[in-house]
Amino acid sequence: MWEAIQSNIRRSRAIVVVMAMLLILMGALVGGAWIGSLEGAVVGAVAALMLWLILLLVSMSGGDQLILMSAGAKRIQKEDAPVLWNVVEEMTIASGLGTMPSIHVIDNEMPNAFATGRKPEKSAVAVTTGLLRRLNRDELQGVIAHEIAHIKNYDIRFLTTATVMVGAIVIIADIFLRSLWYGGGRRRGGGKGEGQAIFLILALVMAILAPLFANMLYYAVSRKREYLADASAARYTRYPPGLASALRKISGSISGHRKSAKQSTARALAPMYIVNPLQLSAKGGSLFSTHPPTEQRIAVLEAMSGGAGWLDYENAFKKVTGRDCLPASVIGAGETVAMREARVEKDPKQSAVERSRAATDILDRFAGLLLIPCLCGVRIKAPAGTQHTSLKCPKCGRRHAIPRAGEPSAEGQAAGATEEVPQTLTHKRQGTGWDSFECACGRAHQLSPAMKSGRIRCPRCKRKIEITA
Amino acid sequence: MFPTMIVLGVLFVGFLAVAGWAIGIYNGLVGLRNQVKNAWAQIDVQLKRRHDLIPNLVETVKGYAGHEKSTLQAVTEARTKAVSAEGVGPQSAAEGELSAALGRLMVVVEQYPDLKANQNFLGLQEELSSTENKISFSRQHYNDSVMTYNTRTEVFPASIVAGMFNFKQEEFFELSDEAERAVPKVSF
Repeated sequence: MWEAIQSNIRRSRAIVVVMAMLLILMGALVGGAWIGSLEGAVVGAVAALMLWLILLLVSMSGGDQLILMSAGAKRIQKEDAPVLWNVVEEMTIASGLGTMPSIHVIDNEMPNAFATGRKPEKSAVAVTTGLLRRLNRDELQGVIAHEIAHIKNYDIRFLTTATVMVGAIVIIADIFLRSLWYGGGRRRGGGKGEGQAIFLILALVMAILAPLFANMLYYAVSRKREYLADASAARYTRYPPGLASALRKISGSISGHRKSAKQSTARALAPMYIVNPLQLSAKGGSLFSTHPPTEQRIAVLEAMSGGAGWLDYENAFKKVTGRDCLPASVIGAGETVAMREARVEKDPKQSAVERSRAATDILDRFAGLLLIPCLCGVRIKAPAGTQHTSLKCPKCGRRHAIPRAGEPSAEGQAAGATEEVPQTLTHKRQGTGWDSFECACGRAHQLSPAMKSGRIRCPRCKRKIEITA
Repeated sequence: MFPTMIVLGVLFVGFLAVAGWAIGIYNGLVGLRNQVKNAWAQIDVQLKRRHDLIPNLVETVKGYAGHEKSTLQAVTEARTKAVSAEGVGPQSAAEGELSAALGRLMVVVEQYPDLKANQNFLGLQEELSSTENKISFSRQHYNDSVMTYNTRTEVFPASIVAGMFNFKQEEFFELSDEAERAVPKVSF
């Protein structure tokens, strides 16, 4: 992995330099064409760089939050979606990422996922509820591993820098071309005419070609990075079929609802998703695709029969496309890495129902409903603002304490609540039958008749609670 | 006079370049070695997490399947052993035993539908199976880190710097105990 990151960083730098030169050249030619002298060219180049810096600063400050917000992603805690949380934690460990990314859920039935964050220490992954409903654990693991690979490989930072640079080039080209329509620039008569004419022609050529070239460069790198993230995901999970089957489900589901996918995805966000929802039709892949064709990504992953290492991915890639993919420094010693076995689901239908239910629960929590699981298996949903302190299960008649309305949010909990209340609480058991009580953090606990005394741990605030008879 | 100055200057610049390059490689090696150490520590974190989960699990299962005493006791004992085990060899043997005992417990639990409907138990089950995953992923990451580090110390030219500053090869984590390899595959 280390070599992959190193070569990634080197390559990113080279591409940023090429783009920067393109930008400066563009600025210089436009400046020269307008003012008609070498000084003009210098002024133009400096202005172009300034424009880029300003755009970069804007995109770097608070860009992540903006992206998450515009995608409608809401942050979740472990108790909202334990399986998703655990899968992210597992992949954080497998990748050796120092800090776990924050986890966000998007209320959208189209299955998809993306990652954001300028540095690995402060990053985020977001998945849609559709994804949580459709993918089993192995598939979810593959998707999350792919996103964490993007974080680990510094892809997001690079793509932000590059996007902004392409944007700056496009803006300058646009301004120049428009200025030609309206009065042909501020041309002054006199001896400079000839030099200015040369500048003008060159600038015109640049204004047409540079945005195309910059975009192509950007897309080429973006595609390479998707492959690298797929290879990394295979290596982290040691199970390439998981990601392959996830990609198949995602692209199948999006192409089934292409119209609503187009409506519900912001254009600017589309390239960030694991499958670009706006570019499914490009079957063979074109120079202007942000992602390689999904069919090909799946075919490569499925061709990895021998193992899950870099070399295995490279061999599979060669078999499918006849080309090379990963840089030699990544493959390095070129060992094959053994694949793990598939996780056995005892009852796939049942677990699909459970997944779907869990996804609905997340949405209910977002909507402010309280979820109280009863021991008889019924899950009672109560509105947050209710005045009652307890409610009765409609099926078995057990009483449940309702967690207080306006309970501390996750942030508030981390900030201060733990300091006021002792770490270990005690609860004196009421009678010998079913008993329910509230933890200091407001979570309701159920005690079965068999639980006479002992210790439990509150899953929300992690306090230990001593049960005494 | 002038030619010697130029030669000396060139030599000096060359020396600076080589020194800078060596420092870069040295720092890279230190970074990789720290990564190996962190990865090793991560395995312990996950094992500890499993130890912490077990009392809760045993307590919950006891409520429904109290007469499965021997199985529950085996888990508790294996846990105690694993917590107190010291040294890489005994520790991995004890952890292997714990995994096996937990596997047996999970087979027993299958016979108690009430227990399987208990939300608390389901939560614990998810935690436990995920912790098992985390243990194996942290071992996997340790081995990946060792591989990267070892390759780096072997490959020319970094091998020169590694030799000069005594960067030793690290050992891979391997399941030394045959018993642990033979742990019955149980899906939680």
